[in-house]
Amino acid sequence: MELCSFLTLDSFITDPLTHGFMRKALLMSSLVAAVCGFLSSYLTLKGWALMGDAVSHSVMPGVVVAYALGLPFSLGAFIFGVGSVALIGFIKQKSRVKEDTVIGLVFTGFFALGIVLVSKIKSNIDLHSILFGSPLGISLSDVKQTIFISLLVVILLSIYRKDLMLYCFDPRHAKTVGINVFFLHYLLLTCLSLAAVVGLQSVGIILVVAMLITPGATAYLLTDKFDNMTIISVLSAIISSLIGIYISFWFDLETGGSIVLAQTFIFLFAFLFAPRYGIFKLKKFFAGYKG
Amino acid sequence: MESINYQNFRIDAENICVDYNGKVALYDANLRLKPGQICGLVGMNGAGKTTFFNALTGFVNISKGKIRINGESLRSAQKDQTIAYVPQSEGIDSQFPINVWDVVMMGRYGSMNIFRCPRESDVQAVKDAIERVDLTDHLSTPIGNLSGGQRKRTFLARAIAQRASILLLDEPFSGVDIRTEKLISELFIQFKNEGKTILLSTHDMIHVREFCDLVLLINKTVVAYGETSEVFTPENITTTFGGISPDFLFGPES
Repeated sequence: MELCSFLTLDSFITDPLTHGFMRKALLMSSLVAAVCGFLSSYLTLKGWALMGDAVSHSVMPGVVVAYALGLPFSLGAFIFGVGSVALIGFIKQKSRVKEDTVIGLVFTGFFALGIVLVSKIKSNIDLHSILFGSPLGISLSDVKQTIFISLLVVILLSIYRKDLMLYCFDPRHAKTVGINVFFLHYLLLTCLSLAAVVGLQSVGIILVVAMLITPGATAYLLTDKFDNMTIISVLSAIISSLIGIYISFWFDLETGGSIVLAQTFIFLFAFLFAPRYGIFKLKKFFAGYKG
Repeated sequence: MESINYQNFRIDAENICVDYNGKVALYDANLRLKPGQICGLVGMNGAGKTTFFNALTGFVNISKGKIRINGESLRSAQKDQTIAYVPQSEGIDSQFPINVWDVVMMGRYGSMNIFRCPRESDVQAVKDAIERVDLTDHLSTPIGNLSGGQRKRTFLARAIAQRASILLLDEPFSGVDIRTEKLISELFIQFKNEGKTILLSTHDMIHVREFCDLVLLINKTVVAYGETSEVFTPENITTTFGGISPDFLFGPES
């Protein structure tokens, strides 16, 4: 019966829009995707994928504590996100343990703390929605918070767009010409924590790192210009979100997982067919065909 | 009593020490360079050449000693765009999605407003710099598509666009083609005449003889420093390279 209803493309797209929660989910997820996609170019070029994973998992106890205390969940998440990075830096400096090991053990520690806290603080926290996201059930106060944080991150990234690019590309030159590298480092970390906070509502804590790296990786295969990379990254993130939500609606699938899978498929497509950097090197193929 | 006028020195590093988490990378190093001097920095891998550069750019903090640039602090030298650093080829991500123009424009960032909007003068500086390194045909080429020599010239253009009076070059001649090598050596002579001060690290002993007025031999600390003709002796080089004879380093001819 469901299958019959999208025999026409038109109803496939418009039917879900008749539901208020779907309109909200589509809008909010697109916003979140755009923010994460924007940041994604920087993270993939800086090589901070693991850092993104660490920060996004580490915000878990912050979210739980904030909910329990009735504070905005973004505040708790932010504190624990930045705190985890500080702790990683501290342990790395004071011990002989290698960095990736330190990152792994710190974020799993934080994540475990979050899970334990959820089981102890018997409140109305829905573990499932934290872990896997719940874009369809997002509350009004969460909507406000998400819009506020998203705007903040977009403004920060827009102002420091070029400085952050320089920081990712050649931090030593930045330092040499008197640009505050320390500030840029923490600015990027702050944006990472904030993006993780908004991203987790869409796809949940476990998968939010995909929102932060996959669009950037896809764009990296498609262009040699930084500005284009940012645009492609944002667009691919938004498109994946829309596709993911529609598919989850029609086939009754987990929304967060569908969004991330859509991103992964777009990446695979770029991986195979990117004109210059794809497996099939289509640009060369067509150049040869014409010649 | 002889009073030293620090203004005379472009670079004045006094007893500087750098350590990374308790591991000493460089200690009690001194260097004084005047305008128009070219100094070669020679030492083994791990002898502290890059650390020396890092200290002079402020990329690492020195644990002891003093660095004055044109008689002022490193901090104000950074603000004044006095020092330019030209990285080693391995020191940069050549796959970064950026083209020649944008890299050279980064040389102007320090003197732009917070949004880094290029003014007319910035555009002109970048144009001129790219022309001087002969890359005008490659303005919008991504750096990943350049040859090693072209990429080296791109970063040299960035230093030129910055209008720095001190240039620090990490292995400027490694992995470059003959044409680039010739162009760089011509530029060195121009820089010298413009009164710029150059500190370059190199593995190639012939380049030291050819370009450098002064040479600084280091192995965690200064082994020898002075006029190339006086200091660049087989004995000193042997000491610097931990007992390997200069015959081996120079090849049989010299």
